[in-house]
Amino acid sequence: MEELLSLFIRSIFIDNMALSFFLGMCTFLAISKKVEAAIGLGVAVTVVLAITVPVNNLLYTYLLADGALAWAGYPDVDLSFLGLITYIGVIAAMVQILEMLLDKYMPVLYNALGVFLPLITVNCAIMGAVLFMVERDYDLAESTVFGIGSGIGWALAITALAGIREKMKYSDVPEGLRGLGITFITVGLMSLGFMSFGGIDL
Amino acid sequence: MKMKELLFKPVFENNPIALQILGICSALAVTSSLQVTVVMCVALTVVTAFSNFFVSLVRTQIPSSIRIIVQMTIIASLVIVVDQILKAVVYDLSKQLSVFVGLIITNCIVMGRAEAFAMKNPPVASFVDGIGNGLGYSAMLLALAFIRELLGSGKLFGYEVLPLVTDGGWYVSNGLLLLPPSAFFLIGLIIWGLRSVHKEQVEDEEFKICPNTVKEA
Repeated sequence: MEELLSLFIRSIFIDNMALSFFLGMCTFLAISKKVEAAIGLGVAVTVVLAITVPVNNLLYTYLLADGALAWAGYPDVDLSFLGLITYIGVIAAMVQILEMLLDKYMPVLYNALGVFLPLITVNCAIMGAVLFMVERDYDLAESTVFGIGSGIGWALAITALAGIREKMKYSDVPEGLRGLGITFITVGLMSLGFMSFGGIDL
Repeated sequence: MKMKELLFKPVFENNPIALQILGICSALAVTSSLQVTVVMCVALTVVTAFSNFFVSLVRTQIPSSIRIIVQMTIIASLVIVVDQILKAVVYDLSKQLSVFVGLIITNCIVMGRAEAFAMKNPPVASFVDGIGNGLGYSAMLLALAFIRELLGSGKLFGYEVLPLVTDGGWYVSNGLLLLPPSAFFLIGLIIWGLRSVHKEQVEDEEFKICPNTVKEA
């Protein structure tokens, strides 16, 4: 239990998806002009991560890993090279299913998330979390916690950035830095702030 | 359009990273050493070029409702090939790149060019466009990696250029450049530089700030 808790805190603050692994940067920079939109996207990413990481973990352990097909009578088969295409397929399918479910049962949330849901398929934070899960050999419980934790971390980062950018419209930025340039430097400073969590040993 | 234009325009004038905000995602993390960066750049250029080529070949046959998933499948298969080749030929480097080779799949440059260019243009032109955008991406990444490795650890491609104080030399390394935040700062500064040269790339302000006026008494 303690390990899971420390993994959770780690994935939110220390190994923050956006600020220390640069994952999900495209959407991170594009959709961080308004706080409300940023929160919506953050929630969507967290939900998708919380579902896809454990599902991909099950697929990896029982179908793809070296010797994983032993239960079906093929102990020598190693399908791990099919990993990448399977994960992206699962992510795309999950996003699609989630979209349909939300449309049917939670139209309010569906309308709030709007265009962001389909965008999540190509968000590298999702794919990145799945690949980290495979590389670090997480089991089912760990990967669920890791998925939720890194989702929350990403949501936190994008909401904070959107807050800063909303305030920044009152500042007089040098001409060439306007827009994208100053955003990068802001993200750099935020990332520097998050690095101070690095010293914490859990 | 001319081939030469297709090839070189994305490098400076329409740089995918600096202007189109594409493909920043997976890339910055690998720029702390030049060697890894070169491998990443080659991998991405190859994938972009070939995915553009194949998407363009089948562009008239794909119904538009399922085009995203077709593009995804083509890109994912190419990345698997690249990943397997890297594992077979340069195993150590592929370990260092860890998840970032796999992340080429979700790299917006590949998807973006397939969607924006290859769906509308013939295969050869798309192939060249893919190489061009790959080169634009590589130029940015190599510049970053050059600065970060040279000033961060005094080395280039792992060979010592600036002898470090810790080894009896004179150069005090700047550890910050090896950490993630420095990549953001450097990109911000490079964009500033590019936009000072190409004025037309400067974004319009949402809110104009009035020049300072002093009221006379």
